[in-house]
Amino acid sequence: MVKFNCSSKSAITSFKVMLKIRKNIAISDSGFVFDPMSGESFSLNPIGLEIIQLIKNGNNFKEITKVILDKYQVDEETLDRYFYDFISTLKQFNLLESTSHG
Amino acid sequence: MEKLAFERPIIQRINAGLPSKHGISRKLEPISHIDEVPIKSLMDEYGSPLFILSESTIRKTYKEAYRAFSSRYPNVQFAWSYKTNYLNAVCNVFHQEGSWAEVVSGFEYDKAIANGVPGELIIFNGPDKSREDLKKAINNGSLIHIDHFDELYDIIHISKEIKERPKVAIRVNMDVGVYPKWDRFGFNFENGEAWDALNRIMGSKNLDLIGLHTHIGTYMMTTEAYRVAASKLAHLAVSLERKHGHVIQYIDLGGGFASKNTLRGAYYPGTDTAPSFDDFAEAITTALMNSEIKPSHLPMLILETGRALIDEAGYLAGTVLANKRLSDGRRATIIDAGVNLLFTAFWYEHEIRPIEPISEQTEDTIIYGPLCMNIDVVRSNITFPLLKKGDHYVIRRVGAYNNTQWLQFINMRPNIVMLDVDGKTHLIRKAETLETINNQEVTPEHLRSFNL
Repeated sequence: MVKFNCSSKSAITSFKVMLKIRKNIAISDSGFVFDPMSGESFSLNPIGLEIIQLIKNGNNFKEITKVILDKYQVDEETLDRYFYDFISTLKQFNLLESTSHG
Repeated sequence: MEKLAFERPIIQRINAGLPSKHGISRKLEPISHIDEVPIKSLMDEYGSPLFILSESTIRKTYKEAYRAFSSRYPNVQFAWSYKTNYLNAVCNVFHQEGSWAEVVSGFEYDKAIANGVPGELIIFNGPDKSREDLKKAINNGSLIHIDHFDELYDIIHISKEIKERPKVAIRVNMDVGVYPKWDRFGFNFENGEAWDALNRIMGSKNLDLIGLHTHIGTYMMTTEAYRVAASKLAHLAVSLERKHGHVIQYIDLGGGFASKNTLRGAYYPGTDTAPSFDDFAEAITTALMNSEIKPSHLPMLILETGRALIDEAGYLAGTVLANKRLSDGRRATIIDAGVNLLFTAFWYEHEIRPIEPISEQTEDTIIYGPLCMNIDVVRSNITFPLLKKGDHYVIRRVGAYNNTQWLQFINMRPNIVMLDVDGKTHLIRKAETLETINNQEVTPEHLRSFNL
């Protein structure tokens, strides 16, 4: 009989590092994003814009979650899944300063 | 305070390319019903994924094709191409509409007979006809389209053996100005091989040469090729009468008409580029009417159109399994139907739509099937709405070839339902189970047990 041991730590609880949008990134109220370093531009949907503004205003993951859960019809697990996907896309596009997961 | 509807947060790179002057809507409207039946309720009852066929669409398409030809030519006959979709229910809709059967193997031949098609109304095409198949077809008075000389000699031998006169035609391949040239089936027109075959048939005295057949290719986007093909067969018919005093009874132009699916890499959608039945009919019938065939000897015009008659009637509905992000940041959506069920995804950019209402937001997406195989790509790049796990989709125009070329690979093949003209649902092929597969296997005695 082979025994497997595994331990895992929830990604949510370990996510404590403050996310920061890179300096110089311009974000308009309509969801248009411009990166002067690369010259690339992006568009956000309304929730994407809301989250990016919350990040910009210095909110951490917990605080952002609370705002969104209070306002929208979404459960915590779904939000968690899409939030991480969104953050990883911001990283892909090189729009975040910190990439550490703590 | 009531909460607002949630939508996945997204950010998309804006690509400032040259805008196309031909505006094509990027919003994918959901398709929630087929023939007024909710797709979701069908999946609730018959599972996901699920093939759905619309009997009304089959009949409507057939009538449209028949009208296009019969309004231009006095004697038109369609023969249903079994290989395109040989589900018995589908074949019988076509037979009820008046189609004969066109088969390309002993298996398909037996299927047509089992469906109740009279032997003399079965056209037997293809390079693979065993001696037993040929004997059966000769005894039944079926129309045998000879593919090669070996087959011709087999038929001559059998006819002497069983003392029956086989009814035959030859398949002719030719240059119709399109690439690739389909020259692997039948006898070539340009190099004189077709004439050689006709002379041998006329010389054998045992065979009744009743027709001439060609099939110039598949998914043909040009009607000109059919005009050329019809002209060349008409020329052969006239020459036969001149040389041997023999009048043939039919000219069979085969199939190959494009459906409204979009080929991979095509700039415009197939709905805008595929010629209509009227376009094909105009090219073919004009060529025959303008040929030197005497008006009193105008042969029956047979058409073996498959794809263009059935593609539109087929739908594949299913469920989103997962979303993921690829290493380059692109979104990937995994659905529960892959190339095992949707063989045509290898050459079509299938139209895929959500079933439920969705937001306006879209993202460049690659759509994968569920197979643990790298080749399982349903759409390699599509601007697609943000479907979540558990959301539903429907793929359009899957009626041709998928239910005959699909693979029992990794997963079982699912249920197929047909919606009749009154909107009533009929299960026409049951989903496979482990038992279906295991029933075909025989495990040797010494391999039946093991200790781990």
